[in-house]
Amino acid sequence: MKPPDTRTRPAADRTRHRPAGAPPPGEPRRVAYLYVLPALLVYAAFLLWPLLHGAYLSLFRWDGLTVGTWAGLGNYTQAFSDPHLRGTFGHAAVLVFFYAVLPCCIAFLLVAVMSRSRPRGLTLFRTVLFLPQVVAMVAVAVAWQWIYSEHGPINGTLRLLGLGGLARGWLGDFTWALPSVGLIGTWAEIGLAMVLFLAGVQKIPRELYEAARVDGAGAVREFFAVTLPGLRRELSVALTLTIIAALRNFDLIYLTTGGGPGDATRVPAYEVYNRTFNTGEVGLACAIGIIIAVVVFAVTAGVGRLVEGRP
Amino acid sequence: MRKPFVVLTAALVAVSACAPGSGGDKPKTPAPGAASTDVAKAGPVTLTVWDQEVLGGQNEQMQRLNAAFHAKYPNVTIKRVSRSFSDLEKTLRLALSGSNPPDVVEANQGYGIMAALVKAGALMPLDPYEQAYGFRKRFPAGLTQLNSVSAGGKAIGSGSLYGVAMTGEAVGIYYDTDRLAKLGLKPPATWAEFEQDLATAKSRGETPIYLADLEKFPAIHTFGVLLGQTTGKDRLRDLVFGRGGAWTDPPVVQAAQKLADWARKGYFPTGVNAAKYNDSPAPFAKGEGVFLIGGPWFAADLQKKLGDKVRFILPPPAQAGGASAATLGGPGLPLAITARSKHPGVAAAYLDFMTSPQAMDVVTQTGGLAALPPPSAQPASAVGRDLSAAWKTASAKDILVPYLDYSTTTFLDTLGGVLQEIIAGRKTPQQGMQDAQRDYAAFLAKR
Repeated sequence: MKPPDTRTRPAADRTRHRPAGAPPPGEPRRVAYLYVLPALLVYAAFLLWPLLHGAYLSLFRWDGLTVGTWAGLGNYTQAFSDPHLRGTFGHAAVLVFFYAVLPCCIAFLLVAVMSRSRPRGLTLFRTVLFLPQVVAMVAVAVAWQWIYSEHGPINGTLRLLGLGGLARGWLGDFTWALPSVGLIGTWAEIGLAMVLFLAGVQKIPRELYEAARVDGAGAVREFFAVTLPGLRRELSVALTLTIIAALRNFDLIYLTTGGGPGDATRVPAYEVYNRTFNTGEVGLACAIGIIIAVVVFAVTAGVGRLVEGRP
Repeated sequence: MRKPFVVLTAALVAVSACAPGSGGDKPKTPAPGAASTDVAKAGPVTLTVWDQEVLGGQNEQMQRLNAAFHAKYPNVTIKRVSRSFSDLEKTLRLALSGSNPPDVVEANQGYGIMAALVKAGALMPLDPYEQAYGFRKRFPAGLTQLNSVSAGGKAIGSGSLYGVAMTGEAVGIYYDTDRLAKLGLKPPATWAEFEQDLATAKSRGETPIYLADLEKFPAIHTFGVLLGQTTGKDRLRDLVFGRGGAWTDPPVVQAAQKLADWARKGYFPTGVNAAKYNDSPAPFAKGEGVFLIGGPWFAADLQKKLGDKVRFILPPPAQAGGASAATLGGPGLPLAITARSKHPGVAAAYLDFMTSPQAMDVVTQTGGLAALPPPSAQPASAVGRDLSAAWKTASAKDILVPYLDYSTTTFLDTLGGVLQEIIAGRKTPQQGMQDAQRDYAAFLAKR
């Protein structure tokens, strides 16, 4: 079902005509590194160096001011053994559901509907659904704070329906604060997933749909047999981007709940900030940061493998 | 690609292979005799000052005072860097560990900032200038304690003085005269009357106290007022400064119990943990809540919305006219001299000037609550005069207790979170205070 990869073919053709023994044209030539150098320098100075320095700092107990003391892997063991910090990783997992799984499911639903029939005003729908991606997170947070507030529209609607008993300050409720923040993420990420899927659907040959219909497939069968397999690459990209957004979520938490109530919406990325600037545990903060980076790498690789079937 | 990457990695690690924070030259503190106080003879000096006085009249206050200092000493130019409170406190660590730190900074009290900076040797004790300026004699003991840190930044509340504040803060109770009159209530003269007022307000279908606690710290103010009733100021100060006592002591749990009772009886608005603290003046002005517990920071907004109907009292004493109850508060953000300042003598003269009677007049004229009695200026509004009178009482009776979150570096989160849980009824006061005590004990053990 995977579309043939046309990009590798010309190169393969060329190698066949090349005289035996000669190096492939354009292959290891030192000068290539020179082309890469400017970008590499910038990348190294602003990304690799801070990353390595952060990894190095994570091996110390350091308050950011006085001379640090060697801690070895102490900060890492603390990050996993401290129940508060361990809890933050659990919260991040919940957010992955709301940031990645839920938006992709909803986006699939929307795309499945749109791929069967072209509703009027498709461009408008697309734009509106993608809009949350464009709006600054601060504006999103302030708007949703109002929506979730005691006298906000959600509670207003509940009271109007005679469900006033369910009304509450959503972001201040120990049970509902995390799902509430998560749903903001869902709202923001649906657009991204949907735009990716829509682009993918247009690449799926119409004949496949026709063939499926001739074989008597219904809407559900058609989705699982044609649309979903055809969108594996897009799904992989969408999942990767949204999972990363979930794991590094700091701004939304900082702006809406500050990690509260209690510890209910604490996430690792928030702890990186908190431990650095508020409690002066720079080493521990770096360790948490490195753990987030490792998890992100692992998840990205895992998603590529599972969804795309890459080796 | 793999090989150069390994080389690069090795090189980067090699460069960074020294303990973080090392390599700074240790600054020296001038000996008492050598401390220069003759600013006019210092030659042309540029004094860099970092402050967070950006809200309301604060900006004008700093501009006027800096200009007056320059007029007094034309050889000194003040280079002012002003940022919001959180921006300033978050960049201080980096700025003061850098090679070109500012001369004077506003460094917040507590273990997180001031004690940490003292521990790192980044702030200069004011001892060498005590003889010339008498900073300690200028303020009541309760106010200098909070700006004092023991050697090595181990404990706050004792040791050398590191900063002086231009303003004061005391947590008290705001009310709207019209609203009280409508309920047939008088401003409470005793704590029992206050509780009676709350019960009356509740029975008339009003929310007795407006509280917004999304950020966790606001309930600490309410809890502090309750603690002021159950726990004496000395015991409370010892607790916060880590000199004795525990958060599980009966009077502390009793105060937490009172908070739980108030929450259970519906004395706070519904959704208290979800409402934003900084927005408090708006709903209160609109009529939500009969009382509002807070400090001088609400006064300007409330005055703008309610005019002279809004008034302020300190938490009332147990008996009418009896000994004042302790409450939270203290000096505002203190001005401190950085250890690596090239002009500590000029900086000390600046601190002296900023806390002089003349400066107190300027603070009052620009709407601030002056730390020391202004010689001639008077606050323009009723609530301003209330605050000024309350501050005078608080200073004279020495009833101010430091903000409870100064106890440990993580206490704002720990205690604030615990109070949210107590208010939500998820933890009993005993359980909550045990959590707070655990954090406190762990901090004291490693201090």
